[in-house]
Amino acid sequence: MLNALMKIFGKKEPSGKVARDRLKVVLIHDRASVSPEVMEHLKHDILEVVAKYLDIRPQEMNISLADDEDSVALVANIPVTSMRHGGKHIE
Amino acid sequence: MSEIIVITSGKGGVGKTTTTANLGMGLAMRGKKVVLVDTDTGLRNLDLLLGLENRIMYDLIDVTQGRVPYKKALVRHKKQENLFLLPTSQVKDKTAVNPEELVKLCDELRQEFDFILIDCPAGIEQGFKTAIAAADCAIVVTMPEISAVRDADKIIGELGRADKENIKLVVNRIRPQMVEKGDMLDMDDINDILSIECIGQVPDDEMVVTSTNRGEPCITMEKSQAGQAYRNIVGRILGEKIPFMTFPKEGFFSRLKRVFNL
Ligand SMILES: Nc1ncnc2c1ncn2[C@@H]1O[C@H](COP(=O)(O)OP(=O)(O)OP(=O)(O)O)[C@@H](O)[C@H]1O
Ligand SMILES: [Mg+2]
Repeated sequence: MLNALMKIFGKKEPSGKVARDRLKVVLIHDRASVSPEVMEHLKHDILEVVAKYLDIRPQEMNISLADDEDSVALVANIPVTSMRHGGKHIE
Repeated sequence: MSEIIVITSGKGGVGKTTTTANLGMGLAMRGKKVVLVDTDTGLRNLDLLLGLENRIMYDLIDVTQGRVPYKKALVRHKKQENLFLLPTSQVKDKTAVNPEELVKLCDELRQEFDFILIDCPAGIEQGFKTAIAAADCAIVVTMPEISAVRDADKIIGELGRADKENIKLVVNRIRPQMVEKGDMLDMDDINDILSIECIGQVPDDEMVVTSTNRGEPCITMEKSQAGQAYRNIVGRILGEKIPFMTFPKEGFFSRLKRVFNL
């Protein structure tokens, strides 16, 4: 109700709540001491491994750390175009 | 049994020194023998907040480097005879004291004092590491503001890595009207995010500024809201169960005044 009213009057979300939500995300990274650069490296390495088995669209991949109740999860979203037949062989 | 408490924050300017001065004064008013150790070498302020800036003869560095015994460097408060300050040097830098030296000094101070409060510098560098070395417990001061809470979280992590398990939170400079409007992180948000025990919620209060001007901590002022919040923290440190203050809602007229900028 309040939310709906706020929308009608074009009011923005209270800034305190915005602060809280931004903090939660930034702290997940701080606590895991994962910098954006490390995330880029991680993304690159995951892509390399996954590409051995699946045809994927690397540009559309994204990975992130997410708050999962009281633990942190690494969430990867990797669009797959097709399975490689039998996978490649790893030396 | 004496207790060594370090007052720390990560982010600068959130109220560590103000908190140290007020809690020290408050504990002394409750009959405890208290010494405040300023470890913000090069940027000392605690002497000013206590109105003791003209009485300093020797400093922390003179003591840790063995030039004088600590008793010679202590400055007794003018009005509160249970309260002592061990000032630091305004000319040296943070490398002038190391953790071992401070631990050794605090062991000596334990013989004489009930409470040893250590005012920590901002940051997580050498000065911080020295300040926390001797502490039995830590009070982390923050403000209801995104960067201050983030830095508090970092400090809590650092304290954990240094095996300091007893950590309490003080949230300073709360503006109840902004919280009411949803324009400030509220206590539930902060408790939820930092998940350490909160022992103080101190409002933003002009009397902190005026009392700092006079060199008399606001805890001595009956009417100060921040002073009341600090008196409550002192009680909680002494083991009393005290509910958190509630702030009066802004009345219709004062809101009208504010809206019309009167
Ligand atoms: N509750 C309050 N209400 C109003 N002003 C406050 C309050 N607490 C602190 N201040 C003001 O904020 C400023 C910074 O306070 P203080 O020096 O205690 O912070 P600090 O954390 O010790 O800073 P530093 O990191 O530089 O050592 C001072 O001007 C002080 O008067
Ligand atoms: Mg300070």
